[in-house]
Amino acid sequence: MCPNFTKMAKSDYIIEVNHVSKQFEDGKFALDDVNLKITKGEFVTILGPSGCGKTTLLRCIAGFQVATSGDILLNGQDVTDMPPHLRPVNTVFQKYALFPHLNVFENVAFGLKLKGIETREMERRVKRALKMVSMSDYEYRDVDSLSGGQQQRVAIARAIINEPEVLLLDEPLAALDRKMRADMQLELREMHKKLGITFIYVTHDQEEALTLSDRVVVMREGKIQQIGSPTDVYNEPKNCFVANFIGESNILDAVMVKDGLVHFCDRDFECVDHGFGENTAVDVVIRPEDFYIAESKAETDAEKADDPWQLHATVQSCIFKGVHYEMTVLTDNGYELMIQDYRMFEPGTQVGLLVKPEDIQVMRKERLCNTFSGIVKEDNRVEFLDEDWNINDRTSERFAIGEEVEVEVDFDHVNLQDDEDDGTLSGEVHFILYKGDHYHLTVRTDDGDDIYVDTNDIWDNGDRVGIKVAPSYIRLYKKEQAKDETVS
Amino acid sequence: MKLFRNRRSWAWPYILFLVLLVLLPLALIGVYAFTDQAGHFTLQNFVQFFSKSEAVNTFIYSIAVALVTTIVCLLLGYPAAYIMALRSFRTPAVMALLFILPMWINFLLRTIATVELFHMFNLPLGEGALLFGMVYDFLPFMIYPIYNTLQKMDVSLLEAAMDLGANRVQTFTKVVLPLSASGIYSGIVMVFMPTVSTFAISELLTHNKITLFGSLIQRSFGEGGIMMWNYGAALSLIMLVIIGATSFFGQNDNDDSQKGGLL
Repeated sequence: MCPNFTKMAKSDYIIEVNHVSKQFEDGKFALDDVNLKITKGEFVTILGPSGCGKTTLLRCIAGFQVATSGDILLNGQDVTDMPPHLRPVNTVFQKYALFPHLNVFENVAFGLKLKGIETREMERRVKRALKMVSMSDYEYRDVDSLSGGQQQRVAIARAIINEPEVLLLDEPLAALDRKMRADMQLELREMHKKLGITFIYVTHDQEEALTLSDRVVVMREGKIQQIGSPTDVYNEPKNCFVANFIGESNILDAVMVKDGLVHFCDRDFECVDHGFGENTAVDVVIRPEDFYIAESKAETDAEKADDPWQLHATVQSCIFKGVHYEMTVLTDNGYELMIQDYRMFEPGTQVGLLVKPEDIQVMRKERLCNTFSGIVKEDNRVEFLDEDWNINDRTSERFAIGEEVEVEVDFDHVNLQDDEDDGTLSGEVHFILYKGDHYHLTVRTDDGDDIYVDTNDIWDNGDRVGIKVAPSYIRLYKKEQAKDETVS
Repeated sequence: MKLFRNRRSWAWPYILFLVLLVLLPLALIGVYAFTDQAGHFTLQNFVQFFSKSEAVNTFIYSIAVALVTTIVCLLLGYPAAYIMALRSFRTPAVMALLFILPMWINFLLRTIATVELFHMFNLPLGEGALLFGMVYDFLPFMIYPIYNTLQKMDVSLLEAAMDLGANRVQTFTKVVLPLSASGIYSGIVMVFMPTVSTFAISELLTHNKITLFGSLIQRSFGEGGIMMWNYGAALSLIMLVIIGATSFFGQNDNDDSQKGGLL
């Protein structure tokens, strides 16, 4: 191994990922300006749906892929362009990647043999590593004769025997059955404690991430969404994606009336969040288990106003989930909420709901409407997203032809068509968020631009749609001239 | 009708084929090799071969030519298969096809074309031309099985080796090479076996100046008339033993790791 690593322990972080981007040949970014610092001995999980770039990030750290830009430091040393065999990290591969021409012992000893460790010492260490993964009696077995779980254990032994400073695990348990996965999770935790080295674990399984790690890194489309402890990302998700991806959640449009008071479901709720400003549009997240639910006797509006429940609702459905029941309720003012409770409420039951201030998580909205940059054209038209759109003639009068403008379209004024040819533009439903009384969709156009849509219609992920906007709903604004653009 | 319902009976045509065209000829070779023209048992045919230094030399020379051809094919073919399998090219399949393409044309035609090529460039026919022609003819048989095994190899195995500290050379010698052994083996067998018994290629490319073992056999049967059949059968048997030996060579450690070899 490179001797530099032993004497360099100055950096507080074992791994620093600085502004790392990875662009593939087709121009798509697998990683988009990723920043991540990992301290020694941490168990960090990189979590995200498939295609979010989590594996690419791991492979950049392992050295199998080279970042397009940015750098990666290991113990303070720049390893961005260092080939994998020189890095003091070892990887446990998703499909084990055991060498089929070698037996268990030879597989585990592979790294030590390369280092020229003498036979006795090697045997001792191989035995110890195999004992650690409870595979002691399998030394001379053919790897093909082992079960998936056993192969995974050998793969872990093969990696940890080299005493790496960082162990990278790429969805190591994905191919195992549920029960086996749970056992291995516990063993991995134990192993992490015993070895005291840094684990970086990639998974798409949010439960696994929450169970295993000290810190969770949530990724989406090449960008880090949130970094935090499992309780942080669960209880205080930073945005709708994180809230939706980790655990079940009710996500609702809300208005922050003032510090400590938020308005949603047509009423004010006390909350503990501050610093959002007054009358600011926000999103709130309430976990299904955070609602208090009980049968309500109140029938008339007057009675309802008097009793202590914050919301009145009717149970729509009730499913037994093992430990709890999962219920969908419809509030009197038309919001659908998901509620989990260990008691069962029959569909049709009138219930009252309460939520404690600290259980309401307020999140800043990423955007309030669609904004595009456009160019005003002749005949009351404006070009944006590479298409010509009709606009109100009165709007066009305010701008010169050829002028660059900001274009705004409200979420609920984007019209989706079943037939993609009916739209001015066509695209694909990319992400769906249920907001209690409507769906918030992300529609990705064929050019890769995102349009956000509020709708009551039900669409599925991947649906092809035509996109239309009525002329009167396209608002144009003067482009804020980049006055300081002059380069000094 | 019952006959056709029984799937075993479907095998009869093939069994007939094997008996008539494989087993019977083999048995005949055996019988002829150990008998004289009158049909009496004798070892005279073998004695005749081993006592004639010219025949033995031809035999050794043929094996040497086959060995050299095989080694050259391996040295040229392995890198080609490796480059294609590692997807360094955008269209490895097209490249693989180009390598296989000459196999679409009958080897005699290709050999005649090679002779013309040598004439065109005023190159002498002889040993060099023979080796060139043999390598050209049999290279695809080496590339294809190796390409097949390499192409099916899991890339993560290479990454695992590098991850465990192996540099490029070590990754190759400790993982790629052993895992492609079955392909190499298939390639060697597929090149060596037919080259040992070649005769037409050698005759065309050397202007009959060099006689290979295959030609010897062919002459025994073709030019020698019925008189030489017993001798020719003995030569064939000797060649069969040699070829049989090569195909069993190294097979014991190849039974379960063979993935994608042609044999």
